[in-house]
Amino acid sequence: MSKEKIVLCEDLADVMPPEYHELVESATFGNQDRGWKDIGSSKELIEQHSLCAGCPESIAFRYILASLPTPEDTVFVGSTGCTSLVFPHVAVHNIHSLFGNQNAVASGLKRTLKSRFPDVEKDVVVLAGDGATVDIGLDMTMQSWFRQEKFTTICFDNELYANTGGQESGLMQKGFVAKMAPKGKNFEKVRLAEIAREAGCAYVAVLTVSKPNRVEQAIKNAVLVAREVGPTFVQLYTPCILEIGKQSMEGLDEMKDAESIGGRFVQKEYITDEAQKLLDSIKEETKARKQAAKKPVNA
Amino acid sequence: MNKQVELKNKRVIASNHVKLGQKNQKGQTYTDINDIFYKAKQTPNFLTGSEVIRAAIKVASVGTSVAYPITPQSEAAALIGELYAEGYVDEYFRGESEFAVMGQCAGAAFGGHRVFTTTAGPGTLRAMENFPMWAGARLPIQVCVTCRGINSPLSIQPDTLEMYYLLETGMLIWHAETAQDLFDFILKGFIVAEQPDVHVPIAVCCDGFFVTHTKDTVDLPPDDLCLTPYDPYRNPQPVMDMETAPIRMMRDPFIMKSNYISYATHASWQQEVKAAVERSRKHTIPLLDGLIDEENTDREILIVGSGTAVSQAREAIRLLEEEGIKAGLVKIKTIRPFPYEEVRQATKNAKHIFVPEFNLAGWLAREIKANIPDNERVYVGPHVAGGMTMPSEVIVEEIKKHLGMEVATRGTLG
Repeated sequence: MSKEKIVLCEDLADVMPPEYHELVESATFGNQDRGWKDIGSSKELIEQHSLCAGCPESIAFRYILASLPTPEDTVFVGSTGCTSLVFPHVAVHNIHSLFGNQNAVASGLKRTLKSRFPDVEKDVVVLAGDGATVDIGLDMTMQSWFRQEKFTTICFDNELYANTGGQESGLMQKGFVAKMAPKGKNFEKVRLAEIAREAGCAYVAVLTVSKPNRVEQAIKNAVLVAREVGPTFVQLYTPCILEIGKQSMEGLDEMKDAESIGGRFVQKEYITDEAQKLLDSIKEETKARKQAAKKPVNA
Repeated sequence: MNKQVELKNKRVIASNHVKLGQKNQKGQTYTDINDIFYKAKQTPNFLTGSEVIRAAIKVASVGTSVAYPITPQSEAAALIGELYAEGYVDEYFRGESEFAVMGQCAGAAFGGHRVFTTTAGPGTLRAMENFPMWAGARLPIQVCVTCRGINSPLSIQPDTLEMYYLLETGMLIWHAETAQDLFDFILKGFIVAEQPDVHVPIAVCCDGFFVTHTKDTVDLPPDDLCLTPYDPYRNPQPVMDMETAPIRMMRDPFIMKSNYISYATHASWQQEVKAAVERSRKHTIPLLDGLIDEENTDREILIVGSGTAVSQAREAIRLLEEEGIKAGLVKIKTIRPFPYEEVRQATKNAKHIFVPEFNLAGWLAREIKANIPDNERVYVGPHVAGGMTMPSEVIVEEIKKHLGMEVATRGTLG
């Protein structure tokens, strides 16, 4: 879709909600240098969220939507959980079908969009929680990587089933006492990033959402590598402050602790040589384009 | 609902966003469904049911097909792969389970493709969560269900019990008697399911092995004609391709709310899906020449059936006729929408109604009993299950026994 399609019908403009006017007037659809720094100075693609106050998922959503390379040609696939409560508020197409089948839906969707729009890059991005990605959906998550399906999988890892009230999940830390793990979880946190690497992901990143520039870079890398090379995976620590007994303002500290040396979420990336080569060339192109833009027109 | 539909001058127009008469990349000419069946020359072919599925898909302009092995649909699913290799299907791959396959089909349909898949028995049940999701999301995916047993211990034999589970999924459910029906239903099924005022998934069911693995003579149109492709924008829902402006769907997701508006929204959506299934009648009746077929329904003894039970009933009627007993026949082609009024009319003269079925639940008999007056006229049976055949003699004996006539001493399977 071109940005020109997001317009207002003049005859109906007076009945369109103000947030839609704002979306038409000042969203960053079509801006190839869009990023987290647009937050505050342009219309965000997320209108509101229905998450708990202070939930790190809400800021993760904002960073991700601000960082997509081409939201005007991006379709999200979600799954059941806290994230599914946010998708109705975003200004990109998104699918919720069932719990755990997100990577299966994305496989069919990506292939179809490739077939229907051979000359347009339509990005498909899966965004689901850790229960959907690792427990009920692990089969479909991994099979999509085995098949080298060209889309990005983002996992909001809050280390438990948040929406159903804090039950044990595969990505929960060992020993954590939770619902359905009354004596503490008795096996290790599943090493999903390593699984992703071994299952064929061309780009894997693990990080928290404490630093927006890092999130932006990981999301851009993942989406661009998925276009050209193969499946990509981003695991973001978005702690469920409610279920780990923190206050609304403590999410950021929790993420900073988790990413400090020795923590569970020290930032790491696995990049194949092919993906690295692509990212390097994109970096060079962007640099050249920005330099060219700085030069006077008649120089 | 259930009113007789005026059929004069009715004609279902398939998607015409690609001009009729144009050729696709395989040189096939996009042709109106009515012209494919009623104008083009039909040539007899001697084929298995699996080969018939291949023949139908070859001319169906299918975008995506996802395959998974399970007897007795594996051969058909693999033959569609050959069509993909030859360029007749745009996308095709093997999924990892029926649950995943139906999700992959959903993704393809959300993205705007015409989608076809096949499954059977345990696969149908493994996939089950997807079917109401397809209907609720208004995805006109076609799944061909080649029915087989779902019982434990493991069975691969024909049994139509799985259709019982499909009845309230919100899908159209058609039941093919023969390989010819299967060919016709697959092609016509796409056209009906994709009408904008219907736009729900369709299960084209047939009895596994009896239809899929036996050879039969089937009249086929020339394979240089094909259906016009699915037009994803004739759709009650936006296509998930970011070609239409995104909208904020709701301020508060209904799942969050425990209030009357939330309940009313979910309830009315279920009603709308049911209504969409009912609205398919006006498109189905002209294409299938009615939701039921009738033979001699003025008679007091009537056999009502669907699928291959109809073929066995037809032979049973011939055997009864040799003994001077006259019986009529009703063949039900669409289980959803159920032909309530048609069945009421067709059975109004009957004193004894027999419902032979290839399952122990007797779901067709229950449907009929629930919808006709004086339903003590319905005899629930004969039944066979677990892969048994239903010899016409068994139907004859059951009828005679029920009517108090003398039958040769033999065990019955009722």
